[in-house]
Amino acid sequence: MSSLRILVGVKRVVDSAVKVRVNKALTGVETTNVKHSMNPFDEIAVEEAVRLREKHGKLVSEIIAVSCGPTKATETLRTALAMGADRAIHVKTDSALEPLSVAKLLSKVAAEEKPDLVILGKQAIDDDANQTGQMLAGLLGWPQATFASKVTVDGGALEVVREVDGGLETVKAELPAVVTTDLRLNEPRYASLPNIMKAKKKPLKTVSPADLGVEVAPRLQTIKVTEPPKRQGGKIVESVDELLSKLRTEANVL
Amino acid sequence: MLGAIRARSQFARPLLLRLYHKPARNAQFKKLTSSDMEFFKRVLPAETILATPAVGGTSDPVELEGFNADWLNKYRGDSQVVLRPKTTAEVSQILKYCNENKIAVVPQGGNTGLVGGSVPVHDEVVLSLRNMNKVRSFDDISGIVTCDAGCVLEELDNYVGERGYTMPLDLGAKGSCQIGGNVATNAGGIRFLRYGTLHGSVLGLEVVLPDGTILDNLSTLRKDNTGYDLKQLFIGSEGSLGVITGVSITTPQRPSAVNVAVLGVPSYAAVQDAFRLARRRCGEVLSAFEFWDQSCMGAVLHHQQLKSPLASEFPFYVLVETSGSNKDHDDEKLGSLLEELMESGTVEDGALAQDEQQIRRMWMMREGIPESLGKTGATYKYDISIPIPVLYDIVGDIAGKLKTAGLYQSSADPVKIVCGYGHIGDGNLHLNVVADKFQNRVTEVFEPYVYEWVASHRGSISAEHGVGLMKRDYLGYSKPKEMIDYMRRIKAMFDPNGILNPYKVL
Ligand SMILES: Cc1cc2nc3c(=O)[nH]c(=O)nc-3n(C[C@H](O)[C@H](O)[C@H](O)COP(=O)(O)OP(=O)(O)OC[C@H]3O[C@@H](n4cnc5c(N)ncnc54)[C@H](O)[C@@H]3O)c2cc1C
Repeated sequence: MSSLRILVGVKRVVDSAVKVRVNKALTGVETTNVKHSMNPFDEIAVEEAVRLREKHGKLVSEIIAVSCGPTKATETLRTALAMGADRAIHVKTDSALEPLSVAKLLSKVAAEEKPDLVILGKQAIDDDANQTGQMLAGLLGWPQATFASKVTVDGGALEVVREVDGGLETVKAELPAVVTTDLRLNEPRYASLPNIMKAKKKPLKTVSPADLGVEVAPRLQTIKVTEPPKRQGGKIVESVDELLSKLRTEANVL
Repeated sequence: MLGAIRARSQFARPLLLRLYHKPARNAQFKKLTSSDMEFFKRVLPAETILATPAVGGTSDPVELEGFNADWLNKYRGDSQVVLRPKTTAEVSQILKYCNENKIAVVPQGGNTGLVGGSVPVHDEVVLSLRNMNKVRSFDDISGIVTCDAGCVLEELDNYVGERGYTMPLDLGAKGSCQIGGNVATNAGGIRFLRYGTLHGSVLGLEVVLPDGTILDNLSTLRKDNTGYDLKQLFIGSEGSLGVITGVSITTPQRPSAVNVAVLGVPSYAAVQDAFRLARRRCGEVLSAFEFWDQSCMGAVLHHQQLKSPLASEFPFYVLVETSGSNKDHDDEKLGSLLEELMESGTVEDGALAQDEQQIRRMWMMREGIPESLGKTGATYKYDISIPIPVLYDIVGDIAGKLKTAGLYQSSADPVKIVCGYGHIGDGNLHLNVVADKFQNRVTEVFEPYVYEWVASHRGSISAEHGVGLMKRDYLGYSKPKEMIDYMRRIKAMFDPNGILNPYKVL
């Protein structure tokens, strides 16, 4: 293989440290005035692309970051550019996006950009769907390696160590392919000031779903979102008898 | 941080040499007898008393270790009784009795104090506030919280945080220190630059005096000019005038947009330039400006298992934080500051946190310093404030003196690290010397030299940690004799028998 082009998907989500709250209308979580950041698994995806370049040098000819979402998604793209992506594509839409829509949008971008490798997070921490990577591979007809904890590229061959229940699985595939990242793949770098400044000058292209010929209207309807029941505090009992009686009458387990 | 600080075993290490001057026990204080214990048992629930067999109790002395030894494991008392009252009335009864019977008492909060003020010197009764830990009221409109003195700072911050507010102070010990202890030491910390001193944010105090009198000044008024503002006397009194049992404090809106950057800076002069520019460019959203040197960074990265956000090492690091309510506005201000700093060469490298986790890690690099140094060895701490331009000179000065004395040249020498960090915006430096153990031949090199040096710059020998036992004999370096005389008179008026935190402060 003479060159390797990498496409990385990044999503803007409510920051992982924020305690989410259900909105008043019970249609989703509150997002106004709430800190947003890049989905942590996507940070790992960007980091992996940059590390592949650091390892293979010129072989990695381009790293393209793509994000689908509202105007603010450009902030997330700038972070990806500051971490080392070369240019960015913003698929701009204010519509709620389901994994299938995102997969379709990404497949169109891929058809245009012709990457050899697509790296996505295994899931976004807001909807935890864990579907986009798999659907994208299906739409493109490419091999997929999900939950990656190690990625090696050698010529046209890809080797991925996957985190599976109870252990690790090593798979091999031909490029082009889709990889989704797991938590242990790497530790993302900080965005350095020189790179943040450089990122401001890197190209960022905006397209619409219509430009890509994709219909993104949701197919699912959210009926209602509610908070899980509050955990009740523990109680200190004075004696074994009291414990037994509470287990009988309050906990109903005896 | 919470767990990390308390979990560090203070007692695994062998007892260190006695390296501080321990004043002789004052013979006027009564030694506890069984009748005293009878009284305590009458007024307090059994589970709130710890007493060793020496005074007729049943507690294993090991249970009292945590109350007798300080956070640095430098100061140690020999108390046989710990009382942990649950109400102000109980505190009042205890103090009244102790005052009448001339029993010495040391008030104790989270025991994170760094000047030996929070532990007994001899056999004083430890009066721990930890069972007084309830929020009494919260006013959602003004953000004023009124609570027991034993509320842990971090828990209070979570409480007001859920309601959209934040505590006006924050420090590395937040997981253990109590608001009463913070008030008693007039703690500064990392939000000082933004929210100022507790003398401004504390609106009211409930204080029990040694004779049992309860001073109820738990005001929630922002403005109240009726007579002398007595509560101010108790802020920073280090448990020597009265026991604080309740605090009302005004809390600012919790900022919804927070940015943090860590910068690599080539010289101390450049640190000052960066601070000047940060104030000018970020103005009202600048919420912290902290600095530390490479020796601190080395220790903290190693002990906290963190990766440096910067690609190479620098003589100095700066953490700059903005907090505001409009992210775009703050991003723009901070962004242009950082660009200007980079372009002018004031700062050679830097990283801007992209998410909350990176923000926390960056703060850990500053807040984890005391704990990391503590893990390296015995830490001598000097908390000084002097005019910013000469603030850091003392670090090189002390390192030089230790080298000349042959104590800090090779890895076999007793001194391991001489370093400085602190709240540069407040002109406050923490000079730390880490040695393999506390020992006189090391101490002699910089004591009283540090205090003389500070006095020669008209600085303060204690910017925020207080006087306690550590600096009692050095107060004269920062305060004229007349002022100390009046402090003594005030002490004698509130505590004529001198039972409260004896041997400390004055
Ligand atoms: C890791 C670390 C970081 C720190 N960072 C800072 C910092 O940035 N800024 C700063 O200013 N300090 C700092 N400190 C020291 C600081 O003084 C204490 O952490 C804190 O303010 C003391 O609270 P405490 O509840 O632990 O009080 P203690 O240590 O228990 O007591 C301190 C003094 O107050 C008295 N006292 C305590 N409670 C009461 C009460 N209810 N009534 C009357 N007297 C009382 C005690 O007798 C003692 O003299 C730090 C300490 C550590 C360990």
